[in-house]
Amino acid sequence: MSDLLTLQKVSAGYGDAVVISNIDLHLKPGESLAVLGRNGTGKTTLLNTIIGVTRHRGGSIMLDGQNLTAMRSDKRAHAGIGWVPQERNIFKSLTVEENLTAVSRPGPWNVNRVYDMFPRLKERRTNMGNQLSGGEQQMLAVARALVLNPKLLLLDEPTEGLAPIIIEELLAALTRIIRREGMSAIVVEQHAQKILGVTDNALILDRGTIVHASSSRALIDDPAALEQHLGVTAKKKPMRAVSH
Amino acid sequence: MSTNIADHVRATLVRRGRWGIGEILFWLIAAATLYFLPERHLILNEIVIIGLFALSLDLILGYAGIVSLGHAAFFGLGAYTAGILARDGIADPLLGLGAAAIAAALLGFVTSFLVLRGSDLTKLMVTLGVALVLGEIANQASWLTGGADGLQGIAMGPILGLFEFDIFGTTAYGYSLTVTFLLFILARRIVVSPYGLSLRSIRDNPLKARAVGIPVNRRLVAVYTLAAAYAGIAGALLAQTTQFVSLDVLAFHRSADVMLVLVIGGVGYLYGGLIGAIVFKVLQDVISAWTPQYWQFWIGLILVIIVLAGRERLTERVRVLWKGVAGRTAKSPETLPKTSAREV
Repeated sequence: MSDLLTLQKVSAGYGDAVVISNIDLHLKPGESLAVLGRNGTGKTTLLNTIIGVTRHRGGSIMLDGQNLTAMRSDKRAHAGIGWVPQERNIFKSLTVEENLTAVSRPGPWNVNRVYDMFPRLKERRTNMGNQLSGGEQQMLAVARALVLNPKLLLLDEPTEGLAPIIIEELLAALTRIIRREGMSAIVVEQHAQKILGVTDNALILDRGTIVHASSSRALIDDPAALEQHLGVTAKKKPMRAVSH
Repeated sequence: MSTNIADHVRATLVRRGRWGIGEILFWLIAAATLYFLPERHLILNEIVIIGLFALSLDLILGYAGIVSLGHAAFFGLGAYTAGILARDGIADPLLGLGAAAIAAALLGFVTSFLVLRGSDLTKLMVTLGVALVLGEIANQASWLTGGADGLQGIAMGPILGLFEFDIFGTTAYGYSLTVTFLLFILARRIVVSPYGLSLRSIRDNPLKARAVGIPVNRRLVAVYTLAAAYAGIAGALLAQTTQFVSLDVLAFHRSADVMLVLVIGGVGYLYGGLIGAIVFKVLQDVISAWTPQYWQFWIGLILVIIVLAGRERLTERVRVLWKGVAGRTAKSPETLPKTSAREV
């Protein structure tokens, strides 16, 4: 099976600073990847580079046979990338429903289907973006990316700053999207134990380069690698996602 | 599946496109003034034209976040286009209106690329510069525009071959009000559509809007062009109903006044320009009658108060009162739809 996403020797950063260098990455259709690493190792920059909001320094990015390298970010979104940024970036002056309607594109994911996935959003459909809790904003950010009907979903620290009960709810939804619906996804997380149970594969970044790549299962079973690269002790078991 | 999205969008449009009681009342009162305030038609005509001009600024400032201090460029171009056509024998008002809209839209399209980049300050300077350049061209091309003496000899034909302009301003007011109402309906339709929502997304965060697939530049160019056409039509209405055009239509104070009108009425809900125009002209009328020398001082003071106190805070009391009245007539508060603070 040919790759859905291919990064070859990609280097990128902001201004004069190069944050990630020589990244090679291959993702098959339906495959999910956890990107792990400590703070400031280039995880967010990697996602930002795929969506096209960093300064490109070298290498190529291909999505489903299409060269994205020189493409604007809106074209990349149309090419099939759905992005859930770290700051969520809900459009605050739009209601929940307007946030979805403003960007929705034809495909299997429509507004009603994401309401089924996140019933809280349906309850809040007339609330403005700035009237939502952090968890609801994150759900809306995921829902907004889904109604673009992407081929690949990029999630940047989706559980950051959320209450444990909301994290469980969100992970359950992500499990459904990735495992049951077969959506290809790259999920950036600082906390390995939260996401390794959801994704197929994992890689660890350090100082802008890939220092470890394996299946998620193998990484769970390799406490030495977790300890060495992330400072995670083996005591904590990966959080099990609750399915709907 | 695309049918599902189309159905959903259609349903959203229908729901959001419904007219509220306040809106219907607003336009009914406006129409009623055609019969009940015949002695005020001249000033009402001016109010409607300023309102349309402010509405055009609201499209770019309130919905797309583009600041402009040179919106008079489009207003002035529309006024001169309609005026020159009428002077040179094309006296049909609607033809003049169409030509003014096209000329202003073309200028808007060309200059839109100048406001796509840079900060708000850059945009302010660029738009101001465009208006200044156009003002100087109009001044120098006196063979065409009449220069500092103004464009004279404008003679308008009857509207649709039926309604002659009269000295009391009744036809002029009816004409301006009808055109403004039709353009308002179009603008209202646009701002509640997915296109309008995407504009507001761009205003909230252009970088992130682009990353979720919104073609930011194309949307901004389109709305800037549309707003320019609206401003051009407002200018044409002024030229046709007053049958005179001077360099004043391109002056800096025109752009500043329309910004003032929008600040008074509020941005981002279309009615801001219309309400602001009413408040601005009534204040101007009342205060200048009371103190002809210092009316601008009082207008300035009122503006400072509005900006410092916050228009929303000032209008909140009115909204609460209105809700109280509406609540008594409603069956139960739970049945009332939630509306945005920006909605009327």
